[in-house]
Amino acid sequence: MEKKLAAYICSGCGIGDALNIEELVALTTGDLKVPVCRTHANLCSQEGAALIKQDIEKEGANALIIAACSPRVMYDVFNFENCIVDRVNLREQVAWSQPAGDENTQMMAADYLRMSAAKVGAMDLPVPYKPEKEMSKTILVVGGGLAGMTSAVEASKAGYQVVLVEKEPELGGFQKKVGQIATFPYKDVVENPLNDLIKEVTSSPKIKVYTGAKVEKTVGGPGVFEVSIKQNGTTAQENIGAIVLAAGWQPYDPTKLDKKLGFGASPNVITNTMFEERYLKGKVSRPSDGQGVSKAAFLQCAGSRDPQYLPYCSTVCCNTSLKQALKIKAENPEADVYVIFKEMRTPGQAEDLYRKAQEEGVIFIRCQSPEVKVEGGKVAVEALDELLGETVSLDGLDLVVLATGMVPVTAFGPDISKEVKQEEKTEDKKEEELLVPPDIIRRSEILNLEYRQGPEVPALKYDFPDSHFICFPYETRRTGIYAAGCSHRPMGIGSTKEDGAGAAMKAIQCIELTWRGAAVHPRAGDLTFPEFAMQRCTQCKRCTVECPFGAINEDEKANPLPQPTRCRRCGVCMGACPERIISFKNYSVGMIGNMIKAIEVPAEEDEKPRIVVLACENDAYPALDMAGLRRMNYAPWYRVIPLRCLGSMNLVWIADSLSKGIDGILLLGCKHGDDYQCHFIKGSELSSIRLSKVSETLNRLALESDRVRFEMVSIIDYEKLPALLNEFAEKLQEIGPNPFKGW
Amino acid sequence: MANTETQSILVVGGGISGITAAIEAAEAGYDTCVVERNPYLGGRVAQLHNYFPKLCPPLCGLEINFRRIKNNSRIRFLTLAEVEAISGSEGNFDVAIRLNPRYVNEKCTACGKCAEACSMEVEDAFNYGMSRRKAAYLPHDMAFPMRYVLDPALVKSGEAQKVKEACPYGAIDLDMAPKTVNLKVGSIVWASGWKPYDAKKLETYGFGQFPDVITNVMMERLAAWTGPTQGKIVRPSDGQPPQSVAFVQCAGSRDQNHLPFCSGICCLASMKEATYVREQYPEAKIYIFYIDIRATDRLEDFYVKVKSDPNIHFFKGKVAKITADGTGKKLVLRAEDTTAESLQEVTVDLVVLATGMQPNTSEVKLPVQVPYDDYGFIAEQAAKPGIYAAGCTRTPTGVVEAVQDGTAAALKAIQSIARR
Repeated sequence: MEKKLAAYICSGCGIGDALNIEELVALTTGDLKVPVCRTHANLCSQEGAALIKQDIEKEGANALIIAACSPRVMYDVFNFENCIVDRVNLREQVAWSQPAGDENTQMMAADYLRMSAAKVGAMDLPVPYKPEKEMSKTILVVGGGLAGMTSAVEASKAGYQVVLVEKEPELGGFQKKVGQIATFPYKDVVENPLNDLIKEVTSSPKIKVYTGAKVEKTVGGPGVFEVSIKQNGTTAQENIGAIVLAAGWQPYDPTKLDKKLGFGASPNVITNTMFEERYLKGKVSRPSDGQGVSKAAFLQCAGSRDPQYLPYCSTVCCNTSLKQALKIKAENPEADVYVIFKEMRTPGQAEDLYRKAQEEGVIFIRCQSPEVKVEGGKVAVEALDELLGETVSLDGLDLVVLATGMVPVTAFGPDISKEVKQEEKTEDKKEEELLVPPDIIRRSEILNLEYRQGPEVPALKYDFPDSHFICFPYETRRTGIYAAGCSHRPMGIGSTKEDGAGAAMKAIQCIELTWRGAAVHPRAGDLTFPEFAMQRCTQCKRCTVECPFGAINEDEKANPLPQPTRCRRCGVCMGACPERIISFKNYSVGMIGNMIKAIEVPAEEDEKPRIVVLACENDAYPALDMAGLRRMNYAPWYRVIPLRCLGSMNLVWIADSLSKGIDGILLLGCKHGDDYQCHFIKGSELSSIRLSKVSETLNRLALESDRVRFEMVSIIDYEKLPALLNEFAEKLQEIGPNPFKGW
Repeated sequence: MANTETQSILVVGGGISGITAAIEAAEAGYDTCVVERNPYLGGRVAQLHNYFPKLCPPLCGLEINFRRIKNNSRIRFLTLAEVEAISGSEGNFDVAIRLNPRYVNEKCTACGKCAEACSMEVEDAFNYGMSRRKAAYLPHDMAFPMRYVLDPALVKSGEAQKVKEACPYGAIDLDMAPKTVNLKVGSIVWASGWKPYDAKKLETYGFGQFPDVITNVMMERLAAWTGPTQGKIVRPSDGQPPQSVAFVQCAGSRDQNHLPFCSGICCLASMKEATYVREQYPEAKIYIFYIDIRATDRLEDFYVKVKSDPNIHFFKGKVAKITADGTGKKLVLRAEDTTAESLQEVTVDLVVLATGMQPNTSEVKLPVQVPYDDYGFIAEQAAKPGIYAAGCTRTPTGVVEAVQDGTAAALKAIQSIARR
């Protein structure tokens, strides 16, 4: 498109008091060669917006520089379709954070206009990505248990076709073995309605069920997945839009438990899952001889919440034991039933079930370390009762039930990061140094993704492919694949049903966005995607290794094969590429480089340092706005450039800055480490790793590595920002001016 | 029969589950409208300092969600709005929405001139009354929409005209009156959220009597830099740093006389707040009185971490009574330590009551008949055909589950209107 530039400078909200607007207009129409530059005292008003609209309609203006408030506000007013729009933040980050009428404030505003002109010059309107292959709207659900079946039914009710794959010959998953359930409203146990759900699945014309089947291979990406499903020796192909991973869980292996819990020592010591299977269709009986049960004990946290076994809490075992204790009591009200617990965990309305069990006479003993004693055919439990402060001995037990926890099926199979390491040992050591800690991906044979980065969804702690985001629990590290149910995290029936429906919602949303050529979370709706200038690729693999979402495959010559529907548009690949061959229509290495080059660097004797801030647009940039809102001032030498993610930071920008005479570069990114806050998972960490490699180069150029700094900043850290910015500015003044100034 | 109006979804409540439901549905291509009672979106989470277990700021996720709203023309929202009446049925509801006056229109640029001109101060509800704010105010720094509000008391006062004239953009409209708008929608997600249980009802705990007995939600504001004390955790009575802090778990929860259920999050919230105190005052001693620590799932890791802090003491036992000590400056908690079988008296500088979550539906019911449980939660996700409950209207939950539930409710709402 032929760009027709127009610029608009607002003088409202104190901008006009802080700045000489006429000078800015003269700069814009003069040096910056923008043919139209208008000012308005209240650009966001109807009249202000009309001014812009008029130029669009009558003059054909289509590349707009709007110098007013932050792009985070008045987004609806300054939204012009089919126009390139750049918002110059003269309010929050200039007029509100710098002294009015100061020469330095004016220079800052002038630089921001120069940078905007450079940016608009390098931007293009996005053209949505459309794959060559026809896209599918069908949802694949892997796992025919409660979560998977719920997902399938809920998606089908919204009008979507579903393919459901279950490895067992029958649908139902673990719940198939459960007679009664404890769920809302938790007043009592109720009959398990699972068969109704199975009927709904099998009778739905929109759900195609493969039982006794497994996913052999998954190729492609959202909208264009090709999935091979093996059943009875034959392989079927399905075209799939998005995937729900509801593969379920396995009970913790009781043979691995501490021997003092007595599993294996007597047939009368069983686990909670064995209880369900054994008594599904009948009364509770003594396993050794089938006699009635008149005395039973439940031992909670058998192997759970213990770093040697399962460190986490499986959430459901307390309710399960209450349910099972109530079953014994219902069948034999005279039975003595004990629940030995460390901590009873019955959140929400489940507290009612706990209360009911107490009312029915179930006896609760708080004890941290009970012991099961088996002598001859007799089973006893010894427990130090914390309430009484003495050891109680429960003799002559007919049944001991160990409440074991849940292990997600994603936890089985070897971790590929260990295999890969050995293979790559022979490779260039330099490359290895740049690697971030690898994802944990196990060969659990659930999806068998043909991804360069590994065959399954990367897991987080304890092998759950769960999100690390409190606000966005469905995010996984593989686009278009959403976990649900107990392979997502341990959960009860109520949560599982919600989770199944929620994951189906995300799958549908992914399909709809992908069909429009748009990105999914967190840049939902973004129509740009990375384009690779392949003729300059050196096959260094940096992009395929660093992409946090495994969006790029490789051919046998190590050329990257991007799969845009798997891409989240963070730009990590763009930052990683040493050849700078990866660009988005409105975001590129060249664009940011031009912005940096547009900054006017005063001569050394002017004693006006220049510092570039590369800031995460989701956290650090809003924090700078908030500092402005609070009218907090900081050193006037800064020029802020928002980045999609700090992971898109390309080292060439540091070279661009320093060779131009810029005195320092500050990277403001999100927290990384175990509790990372980067919404592109590794972006911030990758940029700090890249930065650590640049110090050597700087020292070689006789430039101090202290000129470049990385700081972790959260969105609420704005109270700390002025001090941080001032301190860095002082540090740079100590170091002295960049010797490359004026070269 | 189907038209664009009845193909849309109404979400009642702009807290985390409500905005999630609206955004998830909108990103799948459906028109949604959020109705929020407050002048800003974000609900209770906007008032939290940090989330457990990552100790990350809720405003980070809210910023993403607000950007999703800004970028999506399918989402509309109405603030200071309440649903008055619902008629019709699934696929074709008529909803009457009352819009309370903000006295500030869309011309507001958030420049702050009105607040500068305003001398009247009112209690700051955002800080749970622990501070006062100008009667012309931005609800909080990151309020969305970023638009000022005038307190009705200001509008009635003689100062109103002066404040109005201070606005350079003609954004203040003192004649704004409540009005009712009618919407046609296909389905409704009800996510009206929760409120902290009223600690004044816990007679033996002295809330309201002793200024240094506060609640967990107040502690979040004390820890926040935008709060009443610029983030310094101090005793409300004398502004002094506490050397010792007690957290009283199940303050009213799991109690037949108050909230018989467990709110599920208070244990983690107190442990999180204990870390706030420990970070500010490395010498401070913390006591957590509890019945059971309910750190389900992998939140157990956070419990393990907090438990390993030698300055944080866990007392198994319910606090019976809180009184002032002889000097009147400190607080004495009496509790039976059931693990040591002794009556404990612990004297501290500050007490935090871990009050639970009371569903707003226990007080403000839906304008149509739906089933509730004993505690005022909506009893079923499908409250009635076309109306779905989400978040803490159904069960007390943390943020992760509220988002999960909001996402699920979005799909149910879509099913009610899907034309396929």
